[in-house]
Amino acid sequence: MATETPAKPTTRASGAPREGVVLNFFSQGFLWLWSLMIIIPVAWIVLSSFKTSREIASVPLGLPESLHWQNYANAWTNGHIGSFFLNTLQVMVFSVSGTMLLGAMAAYVLARYQFWGNRIIYFGFAAGMMFPVFLALFPLFKTLGNVGLLNTYTGLVIVYIAYSLPFTVFFLTAFFRTLPTGVAEAAVVDGAGHYRLFFQVMLPMAKPGLVAITIFNIIGQWNQFLLPLVLMGRNPDDAVISQGLANLAMRQGYEGDSGALFAGTVLAMIPIFVAYVLFQRQIQEGLTAGAIK
Amino acid sequence: MRHGRYPFILSFLALPVGLYAWLVILPFAQAFQISLTDWSGSSNNFDYIGFDNYLNLFKDERFVLPALRHTGIILLVMPVITIVLGLFFAFMLNLGGRSRQGRIEGVRGSKFHKVVYFFPQVLSVAIVGILWKQVYAPEGFGGLITGALGAVGLPAPVNGFLADKRFVLAAVIGVLVWSAVGFYLVFFSSAMASIPRDLYEAAIIDGAGRFQTFFKITLPLLWDSVQTAWIYLSIVALDVFVLVYLMTPEQGGPDAASEVVGGVIWKYAFKNAEQAFASAIGVVLFFAALTLAVVSLRFGRREQIEF
Repeated sequence: MATETPAKPTTRASGAPREGVVLNFFSQGFLWLWSLMIIIPVAWIVLSSFKTSREIASVPLGLPESLHWQNYANAWTNGHIGSFFLNTLQVMVFSVSGTMLLGAMAAYVLARYQFWGNRIIYFGFAAGMMFPVFLALFPLFKTLGNVGLLNTYTGLVIVYIAYSLPFTVFFLTAFFRTLPTGVAEAAVVDGAGHYRLFFQVMLPMAKPGLVAITIFNIIGQWNQFLLPLVLMGRNPDDAVISQGLANLAMRQGYEGDSGALFAGTVLAMIPIFVAYVLFQRQIQEGLTAGAIK
Repeated sequence: MRHGRYPFILSFLALPVGLYAWLVILPFAQAFQISLTDWSGSSNNFDYIGFDNYLNLFKDERFVLPALRHTGIILLVMPVITIVLGLFFAFMLNLGGRSRQGRIEGVRGSKFHKVVYFFPQVLSVAIVGILWKQVYAPEGFGGLITGALGAVGLPAPVNGFLADKRFVLAAVIGVLVWSAVGFYLVFFSSAMASIPRDLYEAAIIDGAGRFQTFFKITLPLLWDSVQTAWIYLSIVALDVFVLVYLMTPEQGGPDAASEVVGGVIWKYAFKNAEQAFASAIGVVLFFAALTLAVVSLRFGRREQIEF
């Protein structure tokens, strides 16, 4: 607890003016420092992506002599960034919608129906949030191998779903519990069955929760690295984006084409950046919502 | 509504529970079993050897012991720094400025800072790894920090920060904190938003400064959130590996100076084909996580303050 506390008591104790000019100056400075610590490395990588690889090594702090767009062409063609994007999308269309559907189904039943085993299943899911995934990696690798799903997108999709379920179920169960019972009862009186009640009444009512957790899962699965590293290791062309970038980094590292590597990194950052700028409030809420419940 | 209840429940639970049991619960259970054998992972032959793997674990001075030490350091240091920074930023950005007609709000520029601070959280760990590897790179390879130090005439590690045993672990922890702070800033901000403003107004009327309001009002009322944050961060700390994998030489080097438990499991399982041994380390990690959760839930609870 040492980093910034020591300076503060002195400003108070020395009878500084009520508004604490020193404190203001200090804390404003610190806030800006942290902002710069984020902006500078990101901006610097963007700048570097326009330099030749020689410039990157020799004049790290300078501006590029001319905009070297060739890096982007290299990243796209030799680096296969474009196809990594498509691979990731292809996986996530199914994994995110599957996670949401299965998660919502399980959470709804656990939140709204009393039956034997309800608590056990609920805690079984909740406990999964805490397991260190490393422990399961190898048995999981073997399990998928046994059914021929290793190095396939189908395998990756079902694994993503399974490993996203604990948090999704945990969060949505809490959410379904908060929904008013009156509407559901009215629907039942009107003759809605269990399935119609879920799909036509409860799901629409749960929309804010579903949106939050969908964002959470999109970001989580987009950034997933460890599972594809282990489960999609055979063919580098099949890599998802984070894995593909890492392969690029391993291959081209320091001595190789670092210009193309940074161009690839920037390309991978652009969609995230655009989405973040457009939806930053929803993204912040989505990512922290579960923690607050 | 009574009829068809159990078929409905079954039809909704079968798929999620089945998938979860097959791909999550079962592999974890198998790992426990494997840890009691001498299975290499590749053949189908193995014998049960009891707890030998666990005993050997604590004799492995090449990988396991350094890894336990480093993960322990990360576990102690990273959550504390992240929480302190997160609390400080959240307080300054939400309640720190207090001039305009007695209304309590953040300091100037709060919105901007909040957007910026959170950004690393949405970047994938691969991007973060590549970014920081270059920031820490040696001067000859165009590192940002080494270059900046050189430009003002200060000494910098010749091989960069990541290839230097003295700095590599701190460098990794720095990146972890860098990417996590924004999340906890937002997390603590929402918790602070639920603290009634009149408490602050009353405190200000009574002449409290920002220090007193923080330590006497904000922190006590935020205690539950701090505890939750600590559990989350501890789990993150135990699972650190991908950054080490992406940034450091030999994925845990130089000379095992950034070896972490997750990385050692990965190495033994997928590089050295010592599956049983890797599982034993995993089981230790599992119980470490379990202990953390239980301890913090058992002893961390304080009296709830209603407001």
